[in-house]
Amino acid sequence: MSADALSLIPKADAKQSMKDFKSDQEVRWCPGCGDYAILAAVQGFLPELGLARENIVFISGIGCSSRFPYYMNTYGMHSIHGRAPAIATGLATTRRDLSVWVVTGDGDALSIGGNHLIHALRRNVNLKILLFNNRIYGLTKGQYSPTSEVGKITKSTPMGSLDAPFNPVSLALGAEASFVARTIDSDRKHLTEVLRQAAAHPGTALVEIYQNCNIFNDGAFDDLKDKNTALESLIRLEHGQPIRFGAEGAKGVVRDRATGDLCIVEVTEDNEADILVHDAHAASPTTAFALSRLADPQTLHHTPVGVLRSVRRPVYDNAMADQLDAAVEQKGKGDLAALLAGNDTWTVVG
Amino acid sequence: MTSQVSSPAEPPAPGEQSKPGKEIRRLDRVIVRFAGDSGDGMQLTGDRFTSETASFGNDLSTLPNFPAEIRAPAGTLPGVSSFQVHFADHDILTPGDRPDVLVAMNPAALKANVADLPRGAEIIVNTDEFTKRAMAKVGYDTSPLEDGALEAYNVHPVPLTTMTVEALKDFGLSRKEAERSKNMFALGLLSWMYHRPTAGTERFLRTKFAKKPQLAEANITAFRAGWNFGETTEDFAVTYEVAPAQAAFPPGTYRNISGNLALAYGLVAASQQADLPLFLGSYPITPASDILHELSKHKNFGVRTFQAEDEIAGIGAALGAAFGGSLAVTTTSGPGVALKSETIGLAVSLELPLLIVDIQRGGPSTGLPTKTEQADLLQAMYGRNGEAPVPIVAPSTPGDCFDAALDAARIALTYRTPVFLLSDGYLANGSEPWRIPDIGELPDLRVQFATTPNHTDADGNQHFWPYLRDPQTLARPWALPGTPGLEHRIGGIEKHDGSGNISYDPANHDLMVRTRQAKVDGIKVPDIVVDDPTGDARTLVIGWGSTYGPITAAVRRTRQAGGEIAQAHLRHLNPFPANLGEALARYRNVIVPEMNLGQLAHLLRARYLVDAASHTQVTGLPFKAEQLAARLQEAVAQGLTKEAAHVR
Ligand SMILES: Cc1ncc(C[n+]2csc(CCOP(=O)(O)OP(=O)(O)O)c2C)c(N)n1
Ligand code: SF4
Ligand SMILES: [Mg+2]
Repeated sequence: MSADALSLIPKADAKQSMKDFKSDQEVRWCPGCGDYAILAAVQGFLPELGLARENIVFISGIGCSSRFPYYMNTYGMHSIHGRAPAIATGLATTRRDLSVWVVTGDGDALSIGGNHLIHALRRNVNLKILLFNNRIYGLTKGQYSPTSEVGKITKSTPMGSLDAPFNPVSLALGAEASFVARTIDSDRKHLTEVLRQAAAHPGTALVEIYQNCNIFNDGAFDDLKDKNTALESLIRLEHGQPIRFGAEGAKGVVRDRATGDLCIVEVTEDNEADILVHDAHAASPTTAFALSRLADPQTLHHTPVGVLRSVRRPVYDNAMADQLDAAVEQKGKGDLAALLAGNDTWTVVG
Repeated sequence: MTSQVSSPAEPPAPGEQSKPGKEIRRLDRVIVRFAGDSGDGMQLTGDRFTSETASFGNDLSTLPNFPAEIRAPAGTLPGVSSFQVHFADHDILTPGDRPDVLVAMNPAALKANVADLPRGAEIIVNTDEFTKRAMAKVGYDTSPLEDGALEAYNVHPVPLTTMTVEALKDFGLSRKEAERSKNMFALGLLSWMYHRPTAGTERFLRTKFAKKPQLAEANITAFRAGWNFGETTEDFAVTYEVAPAQAAFPPGTYRNISGNLALAYGLVAASQQADLPLFLGSYPITPASDILHELSKHKNFGVRTFQAEDEIAGIGAALGAAFGGSLAVTTTSGPGVALKSETIGLAVSLELPLLIVDIQRGGPSTGLPTKTEQADLLQAMYGRNGEAPVPIVAPSTPGDCFDAALDAARIALTYRTPVFLLSDGYLANGSEPWRIPDIGELPDLRVQFATTPNHTDADGNQHFWPYLRDPQTLARPWALPGTPGLEHRIGGIEKHDGSGNISYDPANHDLMVRTRQAKVDGIKVPDIVVDDPTGDARTLVIGWGSTYGPITAAVRRTRQAGGEIAQAHLRHLNPFPANLGEALARYRNVIVPEMNLGQLAHLLRARYLVDAASHTQVTGLPFKAEQLAARLQEAVAQGLTKEAAHVR
């Protein structure tokens, strides 16, 4: 699968290191912000792709997370709130020799930019979208976001927020995404492995990264990070492996025969054979969607992480390039003089 | 197909030779209006008549006028669709004020259009549709064909539907199917009346119905039946000849072209001349969608068209493509521009080339989607947050949309800036003969991308500074992703002059705001040319965009009536031509006709402290030359009074 996604992108001449990907700009997130860990993971992982640095582009919207491109020694654009997927779509469809990454926040991607996000996913443009989800508006100093839990007390919701949150993974699956994954800022190894698979994916890859905003929503993911609680609350998905979690894999996911839905059970000798085996490449998104719904929207208890879905389908930019080639094949290369003249002309002689 | 106009062959009659005894009258110009129900095919009929007229070598100008509804209820006034064509043996400038001939396919078409006719006009009515019910639907209690309401006109009652069905009786079509060809019958009749060539229409029908040859033949039969009817009936005693407009056209090869088509071709030409792939990001909207449709056909020119999820994504994708080195375009109308504003501001800040094509329509809000207006000038000029200057180019005629597109591309590419191209519904759908340019005449638009670092620091290290400007144009370098060593980040946050790094420094922001303004102010545009034949005029009329035709026609009338008036027309609205202030100052009286409430006048008054008077019309229709001429004559008189007062 990896060949296609990166095959058109020129390779670096020399071996690269993390340092090569650091720009000369001082990083200005709050000390302790989860964004630092994600930046380090990305800078640490890119050398292994071995792509020519000049052929990598990071495009972001607006938000704390969207400052990301300034810190990458690649090409980059810090654009406007919510529009990065649209801008990146124009770049990726015209330049298949580039590896185009979008960096966005939960407000940027799911509130103001929700429309662009779902359409990018539906089109399957060759983009890697990193959605930094801190369940809060960081840059505007702490209003609730479309991923905040109901009842969240913030400056704009002193009596608690009223609206139900999006589950970004469920949303992406519903938007026909061909690659959907979730990971956590503090788990460098997991984050890197997810990035690796996203980079190799031909088409749009959406990676939701839980990111701690220690200023306005500190500890939002502690339950998933704390070694003791994580055992119970986090479900690590691995393609081809039975979905088990808890102390010594005491719990597992099975399909309810009556409803077809997924549910969590204590694993016993009797039901061990029924434990669902994760298939990220399943043609239908149904099971991936059901997995995404295991998480409690308030507490994030039973949150699946890892690659939920990774399937192949036609990539928009390739399809567009094919149409251009087909047009040349059918009509010949465009002849401007013939185009301007058209079919009905008359001549005026002097 | 090419025909020679210098020795026009007599149009071949599809039927027998012209009967002796029918009088032939020579006319210098004619205005014909086809009007019918939305479903009657009036736009197609008008288009075909126009093509015949163009290939015959007349000068012409057209005005399609159709409802916003796709199929308004049949037979109602809101459902009336019309197409006006003005053709002449000399050069003309407008689709004409008042039709000499009205073809009315039903009572609604008659009712909606009769008030525009001068006394003595010819009206051809399809009597089959004048049933009691159809007439009652539009408020005719008695038949206008019988109650004397049309006494002032020369009415030709023709049972168009019946005769069409009769002509097609051997085709085995249902009555409904056969009736559909009645527009071709009407076209045949008019083609006979005005000696139009017919081969083009027959060829067109064969191509259009290539997959249904029987329908092609049926339509051709109806078309010929219409011609033959004119030939044989006693009711039409006269045919008219309008000679080709040889003197009006410089030598060359010509075609008929609409504004939107010319604009689309101009974009393709600009991409070829710049040697950059064309990228269009767009969301469908009347009257701009035709450009998206047209460009979508030309993928073999390397043109990529992207139908986005909304106008914001349309311009966003275009901006992304510009970053990657495409000639990027977004096309829309006023409501779409409103949505794109924030991204236009980003383009101003990123200083990337980008064309924003606004085919203006009636506003505000949804307004009049299928009608014309020029009320987006101030939106283009100022409709963004912060100081965000954007150059504005406005074509003046349908054919001029081609040159204007090339000009807008030149500015965008040379100065690395978004550029507005302000066309409108009248130019978009109207058409005129267009001299096909020689490819060799087109401007060279090739650009130089940055390939090497442009800055050396104190330690002798080489860097690429994305905001280190060309001292002449103030344009910044365009470094494409994929260029080694020039990796850089750009964004909408204020950046440091030169390095482009984020900067919140007050003095730097002041400098950057002024520099972006200076760059746009310094764009080279040709001087304005004032047409003042005697040099004695005291009054200047100045317009912009699509009012060129009506204003020029009104100026001619004014001069014929003995009024001395000077005329100037603006293609560049930002920046204005360098000599504009001086040109305005030469006249005591300045009048500015616009299809808005005085937006250009406002800009001129503010910029040049000139006492410019506005003459405005926002009917959704272009100015009529006659009315405008009356206003210009008043202005000439005012100019003389002011002059006298001044001299005293
Ligand atoms: C058009 C527009 N509206 C509002 C804003 C203000 N704004 C900036 S960032 C932001 C929310 C950011 O939240 P998120 O996307 O979650 O990013 P985070 O800061 O949390 O990383 C808002 C509302 C803006 N910059 N532009
Ligand atoms: S406000 Fe929150 S998200 Fe933003 S930089 Fe600070 S810690 Fe990070
Ligand atoms: Mg956030």
